[in-house]
Amino acid sequence: MVDIPYEGTRGIPPAEVPDVELYHPRSWWTRYVFSQDAKVIAIQYSLTASAIGLVALVLSWLMRLQLGFPGTFSFIDANQYLQFITMHGMIMVIYLLTALFLGGFGNYLIPLMVGARDMVFPYVNMLSYWVYLLAVLVLASTFFVPGGPTGAGWTLYPPQAILSGTPGQDWGIILMMSSLILFIIGFTMGGLNYVVTVLQARTRGMTLMRLPLTVWGIFTATVMALLAFPALFVASVMLLLDRLLGTSFFMPALVEMGTLSKYGGGSPLLFQHLFWFFGHPEVYIVALPAFGIVSDLISTHARKNIFGYRMMVWAIVAIGALSFIVWAHHMYVSGMFPQFGYFFATTTLIIAIPTAIKVYNWVLTLWRGDIHLRVPMLFALGFIITFVNGGLTGLFLGNVVVDVPLSDTMFVVAHFHMVMGVAPIMVVLGAIYHWYPKVTGRMLNDALGKFHFWVTFLGAYLIFFPMHYLGLLGVPRRYFELGDTTFIPSSAHSLNAFISVVALTVGFSQLVFLFNLAWSLFKGEASGGNPWRATTLEWQTPETPPGHGNWGKELPVVYRWAYDYSVPGAAEDFIPQNQPPRATQHVQGAAS
Amino acid sequence: MAETGLTNPGQSPAQLDGWRGIATDWASDQRAFKNVSWGKAMMWIFLLSDTFIFSCFLLSYMTARMSTTVPWPNPSEVFALNIAGNHIPLILIAIMTFVLISSSGTMAMAVNFGYRRDRFRTAALMLVTAAFGATFVGMQAFEWTKLIMEGVRPWGNPWGAPQFGASFFMITGFHGTHVTIGVIFLIAIARKVLRGDFDVERRGFFTSRKGYYEIVEITGLYWHFVDLVWVFIFAFFYLW
Repeated sequence: MVDIPYEGTRGIPPAEVPDVELYHPRSWWTRYVFSQDAKVIAIQYSLTASAIGLVALVLSWLMRLQLGFPGTFSFIDANQYLQFITMHGMIMVIYLLTALFLGGFGNYLIPLMVGARDMVFPYVNMLSYWVYLLAVLVLASTFFVPGGPTGAGWTLYPPQAILSGTPGQDWGIILMMSSLILFIIGFTMGGLNYVVTVLQARTRGMTLMRLPLTVWGIFTATVMALLAFPALFVASVMLLLDRLLGTSFFMPALVEMGTLSKYGGGSPLLFQHLFWFFGHPEVYIVALPAFGIVSDLISTHARKNIFGYRMMVWAIVAIGALSFIVWAHHMYVSGMFPQFGYFFATTTLIIAIPTAIKVYNWVLTLWRGDIHLRVPMLFALGFIITFVNGGLTGLFLGNVVVDVPLSDTMFVVAHFHMVMGVAPIMVVLGAIYHWYPKVTGRMLNDALGKFHFWVTFLGAYLIFFPMHYLGLLGVPRRYFELGDTTFIPSSAHSLNAFISVVALTVGFSQLVFLFNLAWSLFKGEASGGNPWRATTLEWQTPETPPGHGNWGKELPVVYRWAYDYSVPGAAEDFIPQNQPPRATQHVQGAAS
Repeated sequence: MAETGLTNPGQSPAQLDGWRGIATDWASDQRAFKNVSWGKAMMWIFLLSDTFIFSCFLLSYMTARMSTTVPWPNPSEVFALNIAGNHIPLILIAIMTFVLISSSGTMAMAVNFGYRRDRFRTAALMLVTAAFGATFVGMQAFEWTKLIMEGVRPWGNPWGAPQFGASFFMITGFHGTHVTIGVIFLIAIARKVLRGDFDVERRGFFTSRKGYYEIVEITGLYWHFVDLVWVFIFAFFYLW
């Protein structure tokens, strides 16, 4: 509601932050390609991440073809299967989800939601994207080098990751490590921008406790990433040295292909500790932005303020902090000192408390809300259900005694796909439906969107729910084929075939979504500036899509929190954050 | 609910004590760290991240050293030099440490003169700092050469655990890279200071942003950090 005249600036503190010196592009190249505008960088990040994500999606189809119909497809051999698994996992977790949430949504939403004109260091932000693109290209190049990509599994555990029995031992593993190092360098440049922008470049009136939860989620996740990625960086450097220079950081003395290898004296467990010191926070680096975004989707589409905003913020921060002391729950069967398990099981179960607070608060936000079942809301609801499901199986796996028989089975695969695969992707899709109108000025097609949601949501359940059962039967993960086993009943094979058929169907239904994105760009209904009647600042920009510098002449001034929905006595069921109190004086009277 | 989010016109919030006060300060309007520029905040956060990198390197080295079954070479012997017939342990490392810590002193003076807008002294002290840094890297190159001549390799050495050479080259190499990057930045910024870029607020070549004398201090933060890291490497690698 930009047409409301500013009058109530009295009492608002003066601007502490000097207005940003914007870089003004002078040519098409600097405007759209080597752009320093966070919005353009966000779109570049999103498109690159989606493109490599589609590759990972195709890899999952190939894996499902093999698992569902073993022996039918002669073009998939055991080595390739391992390579598909590795690349699928690595791409989805790091190059798709991390890059999309932080580089994509972070770049687009942070400056708009905190009322800044751009990130604080646009040039560094631009470099961040180009280094990320380089990392993706290096990763993709492994498909074309001799030996192909590495087949070590996305966890890349030594010693097998660099021994000659593992596919991709020549080039694959070297390029994978190089790509990870590049990714971390690129991410650090972007991440510093996101953190400093949130901390130091907010507009007048935007206190930390008025930030939309989306910003809180992305901010906390970025801080975590800046502290967790160093461990992966160090692990990658050391593994690269082990492979290239023959150092033995992670390599014990062992016999390779019948001869004693050149290695000796290293500790494979050290790699696992470093990897999971990164790897567990990584789960929440992906989950916290999803938590934040889904809070905003639910509040907006249920026309109700978020329940317990303060607790939601503290829960995000607490989850972020706790996630740094739970990493060894991934290592119960690794051979580490067994009594560590007590500590790590305890901390793991403690994380359930702030997480449960968040789930209850989402549900209580929905309680007696004016729920509009629009596509973003459907995806948000789908997220809650999937996340609760994945979280509950997490309690199984967090306990040592339950984890030991279940580890390395399909149960684990089902668990982490539910909790950090499907659930964040639900939020990504919901968020795209939600913010597409702001990015393009057009609505996505509603009917196609609903079709997309139901196929994706039900399909995801049909794929991953039976996998829990397969895991309980003892079907192992990462096996090329099951062969003749007595403990796996033949029904498991039919179930595998069923899962594969559903997976392919759901995968292809994503084409509907891609079509919708492309079609709506040109033919979609014009959305106007604020189609969802939302309160947060990004919907109050003078132009849609927001122009260079976001806010026209003057920065917005914020007078209230992000969740003034259905305020009793207000003229409309939402009050934008930048609407001064004078325009709503009757509201104060009504509520006090 | 509406009131909780509203600004009270004309009333400044009362000062709160203790944790509540800290939380209120942090969460306050526009900036969490008052009077801290973006560049400085960014450097501090970067250094926090870099601290984690060096911590992981050092912890990995310590794990390797503690878990190896082969004896670890004695650093006092390995890093000893024969000078004029005297066998002096750790002498080169001692000189390197002295040089690097001295460079922190000249850097601090450069920051001081920077805020006084004394272009020549600032630039000169930055160049002295860079020279100390380059000397440090040079001595490190000497040390590497000496060890390589004696047969130390990343995959083995004549005296014991192969992880000795691996950790040594990796950690000092990573730190040396930091010092080298610092030297390059010191020279580049000393040039800008000398040319008067920060007095006329000339725009940067890459970023097209105006520069300020604060950049000297931000470079200094990085430089002091690199020195501090060296102290830990010195303690954990050479003195242990």
